[in-house]
Amino acid sequence: MYEYTKEQLESLKKVEETRGKRVNQELKRMTAEEKESVLASFHPDYIESAYEELKIGPNKGGKVLHELASLLQGKARVLDLDVNLDKIDYDVDVLIIGGGGAGASAAIEADKTGAKTMIVTKLRLGDANTAMAEGGIQAADKENDSPAIHYLDALGGGHFANKPELLRKLVTDAPEAIEWLNELGVMFDKEPDGTMITTHGGGTSRKRMHACKDYSGSEIMRVLRDEVYNRGITVVDFTSAVELIKDSEGKAAGAVLMNMETKEILVARAKTVIIATGGAGRLHYQGFPTSNHYGATADGLILAYRAGAKLLYPETLQYHPTGAACPTQIYGALVTEKVRSLGAQLVNKDGVAFVNPLETRDVTASAIIRECKKNGKGVATTDGEGVWLDTPMIEIRGGEGTIEKRIPAMLRMFGKYGIDIRKEPILVYPTLHYQNGGIDISANGMSGVENLFVAGEAVGGIHGKNRLMGNSLLDIIVFGRNAGQNAGKKAKSVKVKALTLDFVKKFDEERRAAGIVSEELSPRLLPDYRRKEL
Amino acid sequence: MEKTVNVYLFGKRYQVPESLTIMKAMEYAGYQLIRGCGCRNGFCGACATIYRIHGQQELKTCLACQTKVEEGMYVATLPFFPLVKQVYDIEKIKPTEQIMMQLYPEIYSCIGCNACTKSCTQELNVMQYIAYAQRGEYEKCAEESFDCVMCGVCSSRCPAGISHPQVALLARRLTGKYIAPESKHLLKRVAEIENGDYEGLIEALMQKPLSELKELYNNRDIEK
Repeated sequence: MYEYTKEQLESLKKVEETRGKRVNQELKRMTAEEKESVLASFHPDYIESAYEELKIGPNKGGKVLHELASLLQGKARVLDLDVNLDKIDYDVDVLIIGGGGAGASAAIEADKTGAKTMIVTKLRLGDANTAMAEGGIQAADKENDSPAIHYLDALGGGHFANKPELLRKLVTDAPEAIEWLNELGVMFDKEPDGTMITTHGGGTSRKRMHACKDYSGSEIMRVLRDEVYNRGITVVDFTSAVELIKDSEGKAAGAVLMNMETKEILVARAKTVIIATGGAGRLHYQGFPTSNHYGATADGLILAYRAGAKLLYPETLQYHPTGAACPTQIYGALVTEKVRSLGAQLVNKDGVAFVNPLETRDVTASAIIRECKKNGKGVATTDGEGVWLDTPMIEIRGGEGTIEKRIPAMLRMFGKYGIDIRKEPILVYPTLHYQNGGIDISANGMSGVENLFVAGEAVGGIHGKNRLMGNSLLDIIVFGRNAGQNAGKKAKSVKVKALTLDFVKKFDEERRAAGIVSEELSPRLLPDYRRKEL
Repeated sequence: MEKTVNVYLFGKRYQVPESLTIMKAMEYAGYQLIRGCGCRNGFCGACATIYRIHGQQELKTCLACQTKVEEGMYVATLPFFPLVKQVYDIEKIKPTEQIMMQLYPEIYSCIGCNACTKSCTQELNVMQYIAYAQRGEYEKCAEESFDCVMCGVCSSRCPAGISHPQVALLARRLTGKYIAPESKHLLKRVAEIENGDYEGLIEALMQKPLSELKELYNNRDIEK
């Protein structure tokens, strides 16, 4: 049994007392105006003091969070390194930077085109947000659904800012992406007759969330990784890309690599490059905890930006409504949206349900912040405060055994600290979860820099300004495969000219000319959690 | 001041707050982690760890990101373990009993010591899923092993040299691809899309002005 504080216990009692009444209560959805109002007042993206204007680079004049600005305009690590571009350590057709779901999907497809393909990843293959995606993957494959309905759901959820040609590709290729995974041997949840078990996610109008229990991303990642190894694709792990390399015509032509352990510097030459480096949660924007994996430090955005690629919506982040607020050991860890899909309500300190649990993520997160900061209805925790996510409702609504069968990872995560989510609710608060924006690409996957492709969370525009649950696992597959196919094909006609890093020096001159004095080394590569006083 | 405990990281003593996980205790002590740290949330298996509490006989295993420190804890991490992964073509193999015999014959050398199950950081019944694999019952093996994070601790304890996580992964892929029932609605939809059935609908949406899209979105009907 977990040791709650007196205040937490009193509040917990109220949640239990009101459960019987709440269980049949369907909360009204917010109107468009109510949504806009709660977002403007409480969503972290609207806090102006957290942002600054970029002084140099392709997005000069645009605003990004301070933490990202200091890296985008930081000092390139490569300037301090002794790099010999005449000594090529790896010579490949397609170089993929990043070993998550997008990178692995891209590698499999690039390999199929016959291209000599290599993945470089700063941790292990599969150490990525993909493996942590619990809830599921969207695809409109049921009778009452269609890619057009999926399109409208994602467009509205994204505040109508999604790049239309990217969104069209996402929803149109979705069913095939599921089939591709199924054929690789991913075990989706199915009825005995083969019908996919699908649920709602926040902001969906049809039940199109496919899942593999609550290990959806983990299951997908381990299968993709296995396939990469079966194909004999070269994987260079514990090696980061610290800078892109261009050729004399300004096209992407490789990367400077660094062994994370020995610090050895290596040069990779490539005909095409794919950035699949994922998100930025470990930059802890605005001091938020994060649900992201250890390597999520926006490296790909930094590298692409210095090379001249434009970013789209880099100012929009996703704060997942339900990060664990208690116990302290798992502060910020993801509590999958599926918990709400299965029927758990969000309840305040007094036992009152205050928001429909299936609003979009930005709206739900804002409503939780409002409930705590403005209404004073949060419950104090070691690290801050939170509201209750009433998990026992799941089994009242769905029957005994539902939790163990559908969300075993959640049962295990809290069980380790003596909290049985079948019997007790849990405390949650928004956690930094996803980078909605990223590098601007065309539908073929290429960025503004010739021969530089991008896939996965590093891309901006697919999801507009707010991504729906289940569209990220989808996007890494659809756009990962797309980038791999196109980069593989493109490589056949590319003749790489002389390699150069001159653009890095030029960028540094611009930096100085703009009066930027920050000596922060960029990219970040890993966060530093060592005790500060050391 | 929070209560502290003494932990011994690779044998060296550090005094750390008692609320920390082993992973955070290492960072508190001053380690900048590179290996042995991945998702920090119990899904990736990067932080397999072996420990023994001073004065106790039993050797315990865990994920460092999911386990609180204890007084007198002697910690050794296992950031890598040489699992054997056999290469195969998923299109060519079939879910027959022979395939395990061909790829992972060492599973038939299991001596039934149950050390794998006792050491599993996810509390899975590892020996049982290996038994299912031996008998060609891949669906059962897949189900029993589903929560595996492939940390490799089971294999480090196995006297028969079995790479349990790889055996289970093969069983799951066979199950997902060949044994699980086909999703007819999915195949139907893929064929419709290939046929261009939805192009017009999406194209029409893309042409609509913003005001109309908002109207459609705000009034769309939501499946119960």
